[in-house]
Amino acid sequence: MTLAMHQQIIPFTLPGVDGRTYTEADFAQAKVLAVIFWCNHCPYVRAWEDRVIALQREYAGRGVRFVLINSNDPQKYPEDAFPRMQERARLKAYPFPYLFDESQEVARRYGATRTPEVFLFDADRTLRYHGAPDDNFEDPRAVRQHYLRDAVEAVLANRNPPLAQTPPRGCTIKWR
Amino acid sequence: MRIDFLYWEGCPSHEEALHRLRAVLAEEGIAAEVRVIHVGTEELARALAFPGSPTIRVEGRDVQPHTAAADGRLTCRLYFLDDGRPSPLPSAEMLRRAVRAARAAPERGGATA
Repeated sequence: MTLAMHQQIIPFTLPGVDGRTYTEADFAQAKVLAVIFWCNHCPYVRAWEDRVIALQREYAGRGVRFVLINSNDPQKYPEDAFPRMQERARLKAYPFPYLFDESQEVARRYGATRTPEVFLFDADRTLRYHGAPDDNFEDPRAVRQHYLRDAVEAVLANRNPPLAQTPPRGCTIKWR
Repeated sequence: MRIDFLYWEGCPSHEEALHRLRAVLAEEGIAAEVRVIHVGTEELARALAFPGSPTIRVEGRDVQPHTAAADGRLTCRLYFLDDGRPSPLPSAEMLRRAVRAARAAPERGGATA
């Protein structure tokens, strides 16, 4: 079952592509934290990738942190193996930690099903937005609803996001 | 004109891709037989050299051959648009080029409505 709105963040302890191990407590100073299920191979991820990077760069100075988690089975999808994650993060100069959920336990506990799939938490780490980054994976110029950006702005201003939930659009998480 | 539309239901882009394909065919006035094939198993994916969902072959030729690595597995297909952006869907322009090229090749038996 997917984490419900206003529920608390689910703890995680996962290795990052930078060699560090991250927990949710490492982001304690962030006013807003987005946990985003991600991977290398999915074309939806690739279509949204530059936008998510740009959004993190834009909001980094306002206490907003994104953390990406790849839970795909690398046996079936070798592009999603840890060394390939490291390559992708280097190539795109990811401005966020990119973590590997090898056991897939974190994805299961969040109830994540797709990549990309955003879980956005406020300063108290309650869930305030869940879904897609925006309403047009294909064309950034044709986006009409900036779901993630609007949710970040709302949470920073202590308001409710205009849309708390949207259907995640993307590839299925590749379970073992 | 014969078109194979191959898809895997684990990837959500296929309905939009099929709709886009049919719209292009209508705009171009092309009467085509579109064979919709559900690739539901790894075995079938291998047998069809399926590079990911959706895959569209016009008279047997992929609409974007250079991204059609014959992985033969159940995955989503990564296309690259004319401006280099990645996309889970072929663009209408890509489809238009493919059907026009097939129509211009008389030996393949292209038909115009």
